Amino acid sequence: MASESTAGPMPAAIAEAQGMWGYSRAQFVALIILVAALIVGPYFLYPVFLMKLLCFALFACAFNLLIGYVGLLSFGHAAYFGMGGYIAGYTAKAWGFTPEVAVIAGAVIAGLQGWVFGWIAIRRQGIYFAMITLALAQMVYFVCVQAPFTGGEDGIQAIPRGRLLGMFDLNEDMAMYWFVAAVFLAGFLMIHRIIHSPYGQVLKAIRENEPRATSLGYRTDDYKLVAFILSATLAGVAGGVKSLVFGIATLTDVHWSMSGEVVLMTLVGGLGTVFGPVVGAAVIVAMQNYLAEMGAWVTVIQGAIFVTVVLAFRRGLVGEIANLLKVKL
Amino acid sequence: MEINRRSLLAASSLAAVAPLSRARAQGQTIRLGVLTDMSGPYRDSTGPASLLMTQVAAEEFAGRGFTVEVIGADHQNKPDVGANIARQWYDQGMDAIVDVPTSSVAFAVNQIAKEKNKVFLNSGAASSDLTGSQCSPNTVHWTYDTYMLAKGTGGAIVRNGGDTWYFVTADYAFGHALQRDTSRFVEAAGGRVLGASRYPFPQTTDFSAFVLQAQASRAKVLGMANASGDTINTIKAAREFGLHRTMKLAALLMSSTDIHALGLDAGQGLLLTEAFYWDLNDRTRALSSRVRARNQDRPPSQVPAGCYGAALHYLKAVADMGAAAAKADGRAAVARMKAMPTDDDAFGPGRIREDGRKLHPVYLFEVKTPAESSGPWDYYKVAATTPAEEAFRPLAEGGCPFVHS
Amino acid sequence: MLELIETITGVPAPLLFGQVLLGLINGAFYAMLSLGLAVIFGLLNIINFTHGAQFMMGAFVAWMLLAWAGLGYWWALILAPLIVGFTGVVIERLMISRLYKLDHLYGLLLTFGIGLIIEGVFRNQFGSSGLPYRIPPELSGAWDLGFMFMPVYRGWVVISSLVVCLATWLVIEKTRLGAYLRAATENAALVQAFGVNVPRMITLTYGAGVALAALGGVLAAPIYSVNPQMGTNLIIVVFAVVVIGGMGSILGSIITGFGLGIVEGLTKVYWPEASATVIFVIMAIVLLTRPAGLFGRA
Repeated sequence: MASESTAGPMPAAIAEAQGMWGYSRAQFVALIILVAALIVGPYFLYPVFLMKLLCFALFACAFNLLIGYVGLLSFGHAAYFGMGGYIAGYTAKAWGFTPEVAVIAGAVIAGLQGWVFGWIAIRRQGIYFAMITLALAQMVYFVCVQAPFTGGEDGIQAIPRGRLLGMFDLNEDMAMYWFVAAVFLAGFLMIHRIIHSPYGQVLKAIRENEPRATSLGYRTDDYKLVAFILSATLAGVAGGVKSLVFGIATLTDVHWSMSGEVVLMTLVGGLGTVFGPVVGAAVIVAMQNYLAEMGAWVTVIQGAIFVTVVLAFRRGLVGEIANLLKVKL
Repeated sequence: MEINRRSLLAASSLAAVAPLSRARAQGQTIRLGVLTDMSGPYRDSTGPASLLMTQVAAEEFAGRGFTVEVIGADHQNKPDVGANIARQWYDQGMDAIVDVPTSSVAFAVNQIAKEKNKVFLNSGAASSDLTGSQCSPNTVHWTYDTYMLAKGTGGAIVRNGGDTWYFVTADYAFGHALQRDTSRFVEAAGGRVLGASRYPFPQTTDFSAFVLQAQASRAKVLGMANASGDTINTIKAAREFGLHRTMKLAALLMSSTDIHALGLDAGQGLLLTEAFYWDLNDRTRALSSRVRARNQDRPPSQVPAGCYGAALHYLKAVADMGAAAAKADGRAAVARMKAMPTDDDAFGPGRIREDGRKLHPVYLFEVKTPAESSGPWDYYKVAATTPAEEAFRPLAEGGCPFVHS
Repeated sequence: MLELIETITGVPAPLLFGQVLLGLINGAFYAMLSLGLAVIFGLLNIINFTHGAQFMMGAFVAWMLLAWAGLGYWWALILAPLIVGFTGVVIERLMISRLYKLDHLYGLLLTFGIGLIIEGVFRNQFGSSGLPYRIPPELSGAWDLGFMFMPVYRGWVVISSLVVCLATWLVIEKTRLGAYLRAATENAALVQAFGVNVPRMITLTYGAGVALAALGGVLAAPIYSVNPQMGTNLIIVVFAVVVIGGMGSILGSIITGFGLGIVEGLTKVYWPEASATVIFVIMAIVLLTRPAGLFGRA
């Protein structure tokens, strides 16, 4: 399709607008850079760190699908991320599921949970939507503290990485890395595909003007619910993969501060940008990793970043760059 | 090697940007990473003091043919953060991880140390499972555990007539373990447990409701199966509601830093169990006078003292077997630690058992009244001493899989 | 009668009364904190996530006044809210005032970030295990109520909090200043046109809301451990209280604060493990049945 736009008789302007596979030229360049970084990354940086980064990047992309393209601020996304982790970890450890099946199991449960919670939450807008998602997530947290299968405060420990499709041993960090990178890229491309489908166009219409979309005959609640389920499912995938990478699933991932963290990542990167959540997750995860030796100052630095971004770079890192270059990213 | 603050910072920033470079051709470097709570509720009883005491051990053991590097990091009491740092440290040349308060994080590090064949010197975590069902040939558990705390405090109080108990328990693994272990000793000594309130951890600030339920139970002893700020708030509420007039308060895990925060007014008369107190004997006093100026003018409390003892003994074992061999095989280093008798200023002579349990005497302390105390940090008098061999869970009862007795 | 209560509830009546009373005391803190949040939200349209940190600052300033200046509890009760309120004014002028035209989300994120900074700085300075602060001698001791010992200090907390809440409500509903405030909430430009300095009024309102949080902190200092994370656990509950009461509703937040305190107290009798979650269950139910909260206007 890329060749079509250059070879065909289409005027350059239209080609630019439609771009390649729905990407603008700038986005296409950024995508190539991203894929290149995925390939060479593990040769320069510690692979486990990169895997953590990718899990959070996928989580942030899933979250961004809701806030960036439907305009719904969920303050309870940890519930899906954490639940995906618990289910994947439990099935892999207790039932001996292979890693891909375990992750799918986690994603399915997270998606079902998203269906129920989304069905309840989309009845309300704005801050009330955020509050309902928070309340529901707090109940999930309570269940995770009490339920025996989660292991309470200790979490599920020593989760085996297993063999992918029963064949490839993932205990080798590099093998695991390629698995994580593939899952991330698939999720990332899928989100992009969704946004640029006719369905995605309706979502954007709802974000811009919901009454108008309703009057055009769209059942906006159905559209919102599907977006919510997709977002929850992908968050579950991210959580499931993370629990396999570290061999551990704990309460940290269902706690409300994790819901706050994903907001932070998306905001730092740029709400509603395609690449923003990835960059935001990279910045925050790198910070937590490399500043761990700073001890208590980590929270201060994190707070300062919040403040700076809100006051000075409201578009987020990627949003500001896109604005400077006058392109969409 | 002199370790001052600046070289420490340099070392930590080095660790941050690049994988630790391989040791230089001659003169091996042993690397110790103190993974601890720098920002959460246990910061004062572990945290910077644990880092400092590990450095002190490294300084006191300088110049034996290898250099020692110590760096610290904050695990934020999150198992995944701790696991992440531990994995990275071990992969990039760290030889031993020290301290690790909070049992859930300790279990994660325990697994990784075994997987990577490195050394894990635990001082701060409480769960006795670390030398029981979860035991590992790469781990030494130094300072205390739930079994010892339960036996030290529970057993002693029943003997003094406190035979009916009510528990206020933090609703997580550590609280449950402490309640379970203490109940066993209470019942074994002929006492009875009348009830328990499990409260949400860590979201609870007001404990008066549970104090009142304890009062209504008419038990003689209030067992506090929690830690740190929660214990302090429970004691404050108990004082306020006059509970101390009818019930004895038993803090199952408390450190001298908690007593400092509580104040002697509210803390006087409390019974608690610790393995170390700075004013026990000449050696402990000498140790604390050596470090006090560098520790915000505080004497060390038991967990940092445990870091000191564990790190010192590990370095002795390294010197004994040769740094290269110790770096290559964590299991062998721990085996050597177990083979050598321990001796340090904090805990005196002792030994490490096959399952990784460090054995030393354990003390039941009573908190002084304001009149008895000569000033800040003069808080305890010894109420009873349990000899090393009796203080901890017998080897056979632990269920550690690799111990064949 | 007492036996009847016991048969119905399954709990001895004195214990039940005691728990309700304790719930009321905790409710006093919820009410005072959520009142401050509601006042700020009503006029500034900002969800002040720094509130927990400002509550904690109140307690710490009380401790500093005693330790460094020798000023006791009664001085702290007046000075700490003023001092912390002043820091609130500075924060509003320097930072929050830049966000009024934007979505709620940004205000929430900004104040959340400020809260993290404050908490981190205090933790570095004072450690984590907290500092002792004594109950003032005038308020120590306890009353024997027959079914329980009621510490004098807890009674003082309930009464003073009720007084403060009612006074705030009166100021907003019954005075000229309150009328300006309410008018500015509806239409700031119009009130400005009448010659009222609206920006200054907004700044002072934020300062007052923060001062309420600090006052709560001083009241809490003698009974809870004065430590940097003392506000963290409260803020999310208080936030729920405000939502249940109806965002921006003054009376709603007061009544809900006390009410939820009691509900939480009763949960501690029957299912203590769930006592931190029950408030969120109520919040979800309320939002689904009455979207604007119990006392809010849609």
